[in-house]
Amino acid sequence: MGMTITEKILARSAGKDHVEPGELIMGKVDFCLGNDITAPVAIDEFEKAGFDSVFDSERIALIPDHFTPNKDIKTAQLVKQMREFSKRHGVRHYYDVGRVGVEHALLPEMGLVGPGDCVVGADSHTCTYGALGAFATGVGSTDLAGAMATGEVWFRVPESIKFDFAGELGPYVTGKDLILYTIGQIGVDGALYQAMEFTGRSIEALSMDSRFSICNMAIEAGGKNGIIAADDVTKAYVEGRFRREPRYMYSDADASYVTTYRWRGDEIPLMVAKPHLPSNTQAAAELADVRIDQVIIGSCTNGRIEDLRMAAEVLRGQKVHDDVRCIVIPATQAIWQQAMEEGLFQVFVEAEAVVSAPTCGPCLGGHMGILAEGERAVSTTNRNFVGRMGHPGSEVYLAGPYVAAASAIAGHIATPDQIRSKEVAA
Amino acid sequence: MSAAPGNSAARMSDGGRTTITGRAWTFGRDIDTDLIIAARYLNMKTAEELAAHLMEDADADFPTKVRPGDILVAHENFGCGSSREHAPMAIKGAGIPLVIAKSFARIFYRNSFNTGLPILVAPAAVDGIREGDTVEADLTTGVIRNMTTGKEFQAEPLPEFMRELVAAGGLLPFLKGRMAPK
Repeated sequence: MGMTITEKILARSAGKDHVEPGELIMGKVDFCLGNDITAPVAIDEFEKAGFDSVFDSERIALIPDHFTPNKDIKTAQLVKQMREFSKRHGVRHYYDVGRVGVEHALLPEMGLVGPGDCVVGADSHTCTYGALGAFATGVGSTDLAGAMATGEVWFRVPESIKFDFAGELGPYVTGKDLILYTIGQIGVDGALYQAMEFTGRSIEALSMDSRFSICNMAIEAGGKNGIIAADDVTKAYVEGRFRREPRYMYSDADASYVTTYRWRGDEIPLMVAKPHLPSNTQAAAELADVRIDQVIIGSCTNGRIEDLRMAAEVLRGQKVHDDVRCIVIPATQAIWQQAMEEGLFQVFVEAEAVVSAPTCGPCLGGHMGILAEGERAVSTTNRNFVGRMGHPGSEVYLAGPYVAAASAIAGHIATPDQIRSKEVAA
Repeated sequence: MSAAPGNSAARMSDGGRTTITGRAWTFGRDIDTDLIIAARYLNMKTAEELAAHLMEDADADFPTKVRPGDILVAHENFGCGSSREHAPMAIKGAGIPLVIAKSFARIFYRNSFNTGLPILVAPAAVDGIREGDTVEADLTTGVIRNMTTGKEFQAEPLPEFMRELVAAGGLLPFLKGRMAPK
């Protein structure tokens, strides 16, 4: 019996020729990471357990991105703890404000993670790197402590589910819409403990940025990892960027899948996930009666350059609705600079949106755009749980950048087509 | 009945018979980690601080109502969402010695084993426990008894590897053991 790409990467990491779903293995990690919420707890555990050195100072990233620039004294203390630990152990990839970005945009961009890697991160959206043809999964702080000390992590080899999307995507439809559609179909535990492998013509036609959005949200279906095998798009992204040797791996033709979903990509509309679960999805065009107070364009899901270009395309020459605050958050310094050079900030500022420093900030109700009771946001982020962006009585609607930008202009949930037709009618 | 925080994990690692008895608090499906401990409190990292806000967005009074020794009972996908270990930490901080659910989200599942919070997967038991019932669970055998109704249920057995982790006292002692010169 052949193996899936996920099984092959895990077999290599465990030093075995073959692994089976359900098997518990000890795997060697190629890279591990933590952020300002999870790393301080990992550092405490690392020190409490009496470890005195890290397994490889080049293969650890400590990224203070969630509450930075430090939102309060407690946060400042956490980041200080990370900085001091990094200095003490020579951790090479510690980045502070001015260099730091949202971790899951930053690490691929810097070439720290790449094809064939086995990566664990103390952040649930670590699954993002699956878009590079890597096995990447979120773990807890104690796992990170163990990985930093020994380079090893335990895994239960997941069964794989295949998601095959046929056809060309419609106008404005991106990876975000495909993943929201997927979660809407299978539910927030539809892929519990399993690998989500994405294939098909619709996927092949996607940019890297759109592929990152898809794999980023595998966790929202309960998945252990999302993965897209490398192709020419991946190779073009990785070449000259990835700092180690890529290992391109592919599922065998006779690999085994617990389920295969075959969907028509060309029939998927612009999607929105309504409160309070990412699986509570509906077509954006059907939600025009939902009035909003805020729009967030950013995060590890949709804060990359392509996302900002899409938002700018809709916002160009328009104004954000009087009742709406629109906050744009480029995910990294490099994306920030690129957007600035392309003139996107001019578009945002003229539309009366504000541009923030890179941060996870409002996505998890940290800072930089918290909602009051009864307020509603359309957000390009990944979770719409109760209280996720602020008051437990606030609401988050998840969408891609096109819908977010169009909604900012309309003051209610809208698609770019609805904005255009309004213009024509006016 | 007042199991002190952390006691259960320690007793679990004795390898002997381990019984937990507590009053049940019941929850539905998809209880996410933002509900267990909201992100606005993640600038804290001690169990005591976090416990003061446990389940606050699900029930604002929960932190004052819950007593050490009480147990949590939930439907499918408990602990979904973020990887924050602050979630099991807040639960342990409140003195809760056990969570029983129909299923657990995977990062919460591994965090619980790694940090020594006992959890049991037992769909039938969840259906057979109502809020306020007194529940007794034997962590060694996986037998769960609803003392209020007298009904008995069997939790899914732990994989051998997970039993080793528990016996070692959690992930880090387990990894240290592997590193020790052979």
